[in-house]
Amino acid sequence: MALIVALFSGFAAAALAPGIHLVTRRGTGRVLCAVPAALFVYFATLLGPITAGEGVSEQYAWAPRLMLQLSLRVDGLSLLFALLITGIGALVTLYTGRYLEGHPHLGRFFLFFFTFMASMLGLVLSDNLIALFIFWELTSLSSYLLIGFDHTRDTSRAAALQGLLVTVGGGQALLLGFLLLGMVAGTFEISQLPGLTLREHALYPAMLLLVLAGAFTKSAQFPFHFWLPGAMAAPTPVSAYLHSATMVKAGVYLLARLSPVLGGTELWGTAVPLVGGITMLLGAFLSLGERDLKRVLAYATVCVLGALTFLLGLGTPAALHAAVVFLLAHALYKGALFLAAGSIDHSTGTRDLSLLGGLRRAMPVTAVAVGLAAISMAGLVPAFGFIGKELVYEAALVEAAVTGHPRPWLAAAASTLTFVPLVAVAAMLALRPFFGPERELPHAPHEAPAGMWLGPVILSVLGLVLGARPALAEGLLARATPGIAPSDLAPLKLWHGLTPALGLSALSLAGGVGLYLLRDRVRALLSGLRLERWGPERAYALGLAGVLRLASLQTRLIQSGYLRQYFLVTIVSVGGLTAYALVVLSGARPRLEFSGIEAHEVVIGGLMLLAALAAAHSNSRLASVAAMGVVGFGVALVFLFFGAPDLALTQCIVEALTVVVFLLALLKLPPYRDLSSKLTRVRDGIISLAFGAVMTAMVLVAAQNHEYPPISGYFLENSVPAAHGRNVVNVILVDFRALDTLGEITVLVVSALGVAALLKLGPRREETR
Amino acid sequence: MTSLIYNAVVRALMPLLLIFSVFLLLTGHHEPGGGFTGGLVAASAFVLHGVANGPAAARRAVRVPLPALMGVGLLCSLASGLVALEQGKPFLTGVWMEIGGGLGSVKLGTPLLFDLGVYLVVMGVTLTFVFSLAEE
Repeated sequence: MALIVALFSGFAAAALAPGIHLVTRRGTGRVLCAVPAALFVYFATLLGPITAGEGVSEQYAWAPRLMLQLSLRVDGLSLLFALLITGIGALVTLYTGRYLEGHPHLGRFFLFFFTFMASMLGLVLSDNLIALFIFWELTSLSSYLLIGFDHTRDTSRAAALQGLLVTVGGGQALLLGFLLLGMVAGTFEISQLPGLTLREHALYPAMLLLVLAGAFTKSAQFPFHFWLPGAMAAPTPVSAYLHSATMVKAGVYLLARLSPVLGGTELWGTAVPLVGGITMLLGAFLSLGERDLKRVLAYATVCVLGALTFLLGLGTPAALHAAVVFLLAHALYKGALFLAAGSIDHSTGTRDLSLLGGLRRAMPVTAVAVGLAAISMAGLVPAFGFIGKELVYEAALVEAAVTGHPRPWLAAAASTLTFVPLVAVAAMLALRPFFGPERELPHAPHEAPAGMWLGPVILSVLGLVLGARPALAEGLLARATPGIAPSDLAPLKLWHGLTPALGLSALSLAGGVGLYLLRDRVRALLSGLRLERWGPERAYALGLAGVLRLASLQTRLIQSGYLRQYFLVTIVSVGGLTAYALVVLSGARPRLEFSGIEAHEVVIGGLMLLAALAAAHSNSRLASVAAMGVVGFGVALVFLFFGAPDLALTQCIVEALTVVVFLLALLKLPPYRDLSSKLTRVRDGIISLAFGAVMTAMVLVAAQNHEYPPISGYFLENSVPAAHGRNVVNVILVDFRALDTLGEITVLVVSALGVAALLKLGPRREETR
Repeated sequence: MTSLIYNAVVRALMPLLLIFSVFLLLTGHHEPGGGFTGGLVAASAFVLHGVANGPAAARRAVRVPLPALMGVGLLCSLASGLVALEQGKPFLTGVWMEIGGGLGSVKLGTPLLFDLGVYLVVMGVTLTFVFSLAEE
């Protein structure tokens, strides 16, 4: 029970947030942060059992025959994520209450925000692939709403759409991959997957690549990395939470979760480290080329996501352990840096690194928090980031020493090369805004309020505490390492002795300092490349423009706007397809029989024929409508004579109403301006006659063929005993075929709303004319 | 286009048509009629009113906004299906019960609620078509 309550309390908080905001106004952040804080405490109580090796799980049947159930399961990995989601969630909620204080849509913000939080919790707690997928998509949707929160700005909307298209596009691939995986494995339960022989299956490459496409788009891996810097259009707390600490790690989570199932093959060991390696190098260098604080951080996040992917791809116990440790270190320091960047923006009115300077006097607390976080980011000695970085190096070196294969050496080189720009960026973030002369800024700077500095301070201090006392997190992190028994892992230590990894650390530190000193030249070089002109972002822009062009092209081709053309196309295609089915597919031949026709039927038929001719021939609309009415009432009479009073009644009323509708429309129309040409009339005549012939043939065939016993017998027999009704037509409508009727009335309502909307758009059309 | 005769006839005809529409709805399960026909008759009553007094007056005479009419109709039909679900039967299975006893016992079933939904939807849809056109 507890897990599902925890999960749905997040959704409940989302639903209630706008209402709560109406009451609490300025205190909303402080009130609402109780929800994630309580959840954090709940998950913290699970720390003991989980590190002891127990698992907590709950199952709820959903659609059992489709193998769908809401299975929730907590193990080390999901607990690590759940603690990050709720812990950072509480701090960010508190922060947002002050950051967006007085914003007219703060209630709506928390609706989106808590929806995201609950979805993300669901994602990491799900033990069923399909449930995981649903939460996965929910995080994409809530991310879309949050990036586009400032919806009056074009750039926000475009960035939101970009993020959505990339992540949801990957989500489609992911769904296919999950379906393949589930069909091959015979189960969608993740905890039952390890131990199955999926890697030898012929479909393994397809399912792996599809799953990877989903994970890579979500976690902003090359070539999909471009949406993440774009997502910085979101309010800063969102960037800190979704686009650094939690959502973008969903792809990494998935890789970690599935690495015991799908990992360890040649394909995994090639594709995953390759993409991760490119991403981490690209992200690290691109972050040097930016001046906007948030974009610098975004590219640094891309870099770390790449590094995590890279480590999961290597797949050795040391690499997996390093990935988990590095993930925690990054969440702590990057959350702090993002929130501090928001505080700087809030206080000074700018995030441009080249404008900021000398803030250490005005914002001392923020300066300290940023300094501590930067130490962790650069991987300097007392911080937790140092341990993470050392493990990354060791993971690469250990494999190199053991196998002697060229790939691990490449890995060691790539990771060292990645940390060089990261050190430079960390120095830039810690020094540029706070040191140097005080500058002229859009607002006079002031220290952020307590609600806003608390988050960065707690997160950065935590990074330092865990560095000094890694044993605090050791048990959980060992349990979180996917597919590896904790006893196989080396304990976390700040000081490893004089190892080769330490040498690489010194190397990257020196390189980073050098790069920092050359930063202006490097930035000029990078911005000279103009990646947006030829990078994958350009491909996205071209693709989107292409789809829009195709849409307008086909609209121009198909949608002429003339009702008669639509009719022509509809009639010709319906008639043609029916004739094809009738003549070619069924091969049935209708027989014309004239026996048993009564005199009054001939009279009615003749009248209808005459009226139809008159309608086609008349020069006045009114006369045509009247003639059509005669046809309609003739049909009603036919119904009546053939024992269908229901239909006759309905037909009569419909005819009467049709006349009213026609008259309403006709009053607005001018008289016939020009009649159609002779050629058109001949064409229309041929088409009408042919269509009539096809319909006649179809009715005859339907009446004369009895390949299957008609279903009407069943209806007649069961109408009274089963459905308590003597009017079979009505019983069919409201009981036997009620689902059809429900669909039909839904369509009716939709079309009525459409008609009303179309007609209401009329005045606007006239304004533009 | 105001005609005294037409207006007088409409005034007399409207209540009759509305009563007739309810009659059609209620007897529909055994005799010709039903929600669809009943809804059309009810709609035609208000259409006549609209032709006499203008669509705005006719909308007021309906008293309920037309989208609400359609929405409530859809909800009625949907709800009638949920009753069976609650009893563990497939969606939209007819559930019947007998009300009263002795002389005046009446069988009531979810199909009637379903038909009421159809009635409201058809009435709302038809009037939306006609009134939107008339207001153009």
